[in-house]
Amino acid sequence: MQTYETIMEQVTDLIKPLVSEDQSLTENTDLVSDLGFDSLKVMGLLEDIEDRFDISVPLNILPDIRTIKDFAVQLQRILGEN
Amino acid sequence: MAIFDKFQPLAATLKSMAECGVESVHVVMEKMLSSTEAVVNGRPTILAGTNNYLGLTFDADCVEAACRALRSEGTGTTGSRAANGTYRTHVALENDLADFFNCRSVIVFSTGYVANLGMISTLAGAGDVIVIDADCHASIYDGCRLSGADIIRFRHNDPADLEKRLRRLGDRSANALVIVEGIYSMMGDRSPLAEIAAVKNRYGAYLLVDEAHSLGVLGDHGRGLAEEAGVERHVDFIVGTFSKSLGAIGGYCASNHPELDLIRMANRPYIFTASPSPSIIASTRAALATMRARPELRARLWDNAHRLYGRFQEIGLPTGPEPSPVIAVRLATRDSALSQWCTLLERGVYVNLVLPPATPDGSCLLRCSVSAGHTPEQIDRIGEAFSSITADSSIPAD
Repeated sequence: MQTYETIMEQVTDLIKPLVSEDQSLTENTDLVSDLGFDSLKVMGLLEDIEDRFDISVPLNILPDIRTIKDFAVQLQRILGEN
Repeated sequence: MAIFDKFQPLAATLKSMAECGVESVHVVMEKMLSSTEAVVNGRPTILAGTNNYLGLTFDADCVEAACRALRSEGTGTTGSRAANGTYRTHVALENDLADFFNCRSVIVFSTGYVANLGMISTLAGAGDVIVIDADCHASIYDGCRLSGADIIRFRHNDPADLEKRLRRLGDRSANALVIVEGIYSMMGDRSPLAEIAAVKNRYGAYLLVDEAHSLGVLGDHGRGLAEEAGVERHVDFIVGTFSKSLGAIGGYCASNHPELDLIRMANRPYIFTASPSPSIIASTRAALATMRARPELRARLWDNAHRLYGRFQEIGLPTGPEPSPVIAVRLATRDSALSQWCTLLERGVYVNLVLPPATPDGSCLLRCSVSAGHTPEQIDRIGEAFSSITADSSIPAD
């Protein structure tokens, strides 16, 4: 069972290549307003996350995702169900 | 937050486009001259962005059939088939299509968008799962959303990625609905359908193929990519449109599943949309007959597609991966796309300006669609227009 912290760390690792080097990433970083992600970029990130954790994450969760923390919370829930 | 505040980013985008002199969403065809030419801004303009693949919008048989239907059956049906009843010709078109696809039954819809919305949202529901190619059309995404099913994306045209995502679903994969397109509307590339069908078969899933851009374009008989790839019997549902190769408006779903008739009666977008008008049905039937009788139209379409794609290759434009009736040129920046779209229009060529997030990889596109109705001279003029703008302001290669 992965902890929230290890999930956060892995999600942050996946976001790093998508943003500039000087962009700071915290759990409250907003994907749209802070990072400028559009819907395509968020869906691409979701594919990367599915592959990293080897799980299925439906697009249906995206309306509830604004921050990196939101992603981590959803992933922790899904990993707990598997 | 006021109800209109969410439109402010869109307003800002449109304003900045207008400041560049780009009114792409407000282009008016002041007079149609033919299936491939119109007067725009007072100038004769070649239409290279209409998806009128077989050039049948002015076909004499289609126009005459529509006129006859207008006179004998009136201008519209004024309601849905579920409420107002079915015209004899609705059934006739469904029978024509079932014969063409050599399948058990067909449902006709009022638009291609409604066909996808209706079929996907009815086939899948809460607790089901839909697995779609990442580059699927908005109507497919909207149908998925309306269904309430779990939506999983797989990487574009990647059967191995599809397999990986089906594997992760475990037992749920056997009831999954996989959705791909024949030819993808943005870059003109086609699905690796034989491989996709093989993966779908291994997991016992269902496969829906949207052949909107491949009907009349691919296959020995024009039935689309499923025919060309030899996998028609492995495709559970074929969805398509009348608004491209058949020169009208409307959509369809063809299937051998006997449950299609039940799906019709549970299909809210079908039940609550007015049925296609008699003239539309008549011209579509005539266009389908013409498409079947005149395979040379398809040959001419491909001659034109190869001619323009080859010309773009000579110029060095970054296009899609293969010759296709949809040929998109990638541009690195939004500003270059805007200015070059304007230049093309000034030079008498109308193409589609497509900006993110409607594009697959965030790039900006000048998208051409080729028609059997284009003359070789028109194709050369399109190529020449692109060649000129390349000389004026270089288009970066990939």
